[in-house]
Amino acid sequence: MELGLHVDDSRTPYTVLAVKGEVDVYSAPRLREKLVELVSEGHRQIVADLDGVDFLDSTGLGVLVGGLKRLRSHDGDLMLVCTQPRILKVFEITGLTTVFRISGSVDEATAG
Amino acid sequence: MALERSLELSVPSRPEYIAMVRLVVSSLATARRTLADERIDDLKLAVSEACTNAIEANHATGTIQPVVVSCWEAPERFEVCIADFGAGFDPDVLPEHPPVTDPDRLNFERGLGIPLIRSLVDDVRFESGAEGTKVWMTLFGGPAVEEGDKTSEIVRVVIADEE
Repeated sequence: MELGLHVDDSRTPYTVLAVKGEVDVYSAPRLREKLVELVSEGHRQIVADLDGVDFLDSTGLGVLVGGLKRLRSHDGDLMLVCTQPRILKVFEITGLTTVFRISGSVDEATAG
Repeated sequence: MALERSLELSVPSRPEYIAMVRLVVSSLATARRTLADERIDDLKLAVSEACTNAIEANHATGTIQPVVVSCWEAPERFEVCIADFGAGFDPDVLPEHPPVTDPDRLNFERGLGIPLIRSLVDDVRFESGAEGTKVWMTLFGGPAVEEGDKTSEIVRVVIADEE
């Protein structure tokens, strides 16, 4: 299944990256490439909307951690939107809920 | 009651096959109704992590070997084994990540697979040696709501790589 990646930069200064589909070792490289591309284009406050994600494994987590590190090194941030218990559980088990700011909606994440 | 093997699936060591393995194994577990729905999600994630590691282990040997997935069942539990033909590893000697409060934590993008497996399944055993690794993962079921499919025929599938 193809990973859906849709960029919405209408919420200045935030850039919303809506992710759709399954994020695993097959598809995660495309998410990594998109995050690298956005940072190289100058986007610094990125909101990854994971509500369209059906499945996320440790490879996907690693890409998000890498994206957060890249953005923080540019004085930016990577925030997440996630309400699905099955996806939130992966962040909770790994303790990454304390590393990422996770919001319940894009509006909440971009409220400043 | 003794475990009975219900599925054997051999797939090429390529990342694009992992989604199919997740689907097949979770569909079998769903049909049997041994596990509650949220445990099916745990099973899918654990299978995905083990397959990712198996593919990496096979690639590290430089040989073209498949990943072999087998499912074993008893009325109260579902067991899945992911086997590779890599060089093996010591599951008790894994790199530890810094605590999540440490900024250095962001330097670690990998290595979460086995800790996740250990958290998600009820029991995990690693049989690892120079001939490869088998990861045995067991999930115990809760009280069954209704009777699932009890077909006892073993399904064997070998998917050959086109390349």
